Amino acid sequence: MNWEIVIGIETHAQLAAASKIFSGASTAYGAAPNTQASAVDIALPGVLPVLNKRAVECAIKFGLAVGATINRRSVFARKNYFYPDLPKGYQISQYELPIVKGGSLTILTKQGEKTVRLTRAHLEEDAGKSLHEDFHGMSGIDLNRAGTPLLEIVTEPDVHSAEEAVAYAKALHALVRWIDICDGNMQEGSFRCDANVSVRKPNAPLGTRAEIKNLNSFRFMEQAIQYEVKRQIEILEDGGKLVQETRLYDPDRDETRSMRSKEDAHDYRYFPDPDLLPLEVSEAWIEQVKGSMPELPQARYGKLIAYGLLPDQANQHMSSRESSTFALSAFTGASRNDIPSLSNWITGPLSAKLNEESLEFAQSRVTSEQLRRLVARIDDGTLSRKMAKEVFDAMWSGEGDADAIIEKRGLKQLSDSTAVEKIVDEVLAANAKQVEDYRAGKAKAFNALIGQVMKATKGKANPQQVNEILRRKLSG
Amino acid sequence: MSLSLDDVQRIALLARIAIDPGEEQTVLDGLNRVMELIGEMQAVDTTGIEPMSHALDVTQRLREDVVSEVDQRARYQANAPAVENGLYLVPKVIE
Repeated sequence: MNWEIVIGIETHAQLAAASKIFSGASTAYGAAPNTQASAVDIALPGVLPVLNKRAVECAIKFGLAVGATINRRSVFARKNYFYPDLPKGYQISQYELPIVKGGSLTILTKQGEKTVRLTRAHLEEDAGKSLHEDFHGMSGIDLNRAGTPLLEIVTEPDVHSAEEAVAYAKALHALVRWIDICDGNMQEGSFRCDANVSVRKPNAPLGTRAEIKNLNSFRFMEQAIQYEVKRQIEILEDGGKLVQETRLYDPDRDETRSMRSKEDAHDYRYFPDPDLLPLEVSEAWIEQVKGSMPELPQARYGKLIAYGLLPDQANQHMSSRESSTFALSAFTGASRNDIPSLSNWITGPLSAKLNEESLEFAQSRVTSEQLRRLVARIDDGTLSRKMAKEVFDAMWSGEGDADAIIEKRGLKQLSDSTAVEKIVDEVLAANAKQVEDYRAGKAKAFNALIGQVMKATKGKANPQQVNEILRRKLSG
Repeated sequence: MSLSLDDVQRIALLARIAIDPGEEQTVLDGLNRVMELIGEMQAVDTTGIEPMSHALDVTQRLREDVVSEVDQRARYQANAPAVENGLYLVPKVIE
């Protein structure tokens, strides 16, 4: 039977701020428990929150990047619930008037481009961390994370498969890093996704949804959604009913498990936080933030395509802003013919070296300009591919530019045809048996002869040229 | 709109306030008087008036993103009933 999958995604992105959203405590990861929990974060009586300007700026940047409305006036609200890692008994969030409203994100799937609409993005504080290991039958509470600035980004139910969900999460992950508002570190919990999943018959009203939590990798996200969709369809096809609930993905068993049903779920009783005044964002501030933004991914992508790259190829340079900057800088001033090859050098040997040494593109030991000149030497026939790799390795170890290395190592490809012809003649004379075999129809013998010529020239001959000369001489 | 005893029990549970069964009626009467007052305010014609989210008609002051707090864990934890390895200990909670 035909089922339509409907998914909405909520993402918590930890904002790149040195201090917390309402206090001057540090947000650095990995500190000893509770050493970064100030009086405001642990909710001592009499303290008051003061909003971090940088957190607001990050939200504005995000809103601008997704073409959303930046609300000139937004309001902080209390979301009330009781849990030991939430010392105030409420989380400060935004409810009726979030800072960012609407907007959209374009994603690329196997079916092509697709737009996912965003509902909103709002500022809020993170809770602390509960440790349920054994402390004599008690739980341990670390409040270092309490008050960490978050941007919660909520989509419309526009996502219709696990693949689309992952494509969205990846695009969002790339965007928040691109505009420098979140480090995207999923292991450390800086980028966390929840998925609201339901199924329905085409054109039917929305089905009962389950909210899946704990999707801390793209792979888990895909597996969890696939599992959940299958579970829901099986229940419905057996004539069963679904309950609205929160489910936790368990990667070890590859299944989702019920955490709590909506019946006894919290009624958060949101109301405007009297400790915080309405947040006003001026036109001038928005303009100033706009002026400080880097070129956005869509525009970058367009430039790569304009250099003649195919979508897949262009996408390989889009993993980060630095990666695309490097590629565009290498392409600038390169001959049009060299661009596909340059692109391959960047995504192949150069990326391999960077990964090997855990370096960013900005720290590459071979500059974009050096790489462009190397590829130009392949194009003009000076270097064979094999020689180019040797020159690249030498450049990487700091031996200078391609031309200097070619000179120093005597790596010039032998393209003087009289010299090559002479060597070919010598090889033919010395390998009468192979020549005979070739003439008798054994194609393999031809490759053996090429090999002999390359050996005699110490690999400096242009294989294509050797091929031509050999063919001409043998047919003569 | 007036509340019922069920509402009182639910609100008490959400707010984690223990109310003796003997007190429930008194609490209900008190809350219903508050609801009446709200009803009176709701009856006022506010057409064309923009709602306020705060009693003060001023806007939020912002602070620069600077770490200004130092570690005062020892002082804060001197007050806590149970601590271990720098963690606050609480009755076990697993949802």
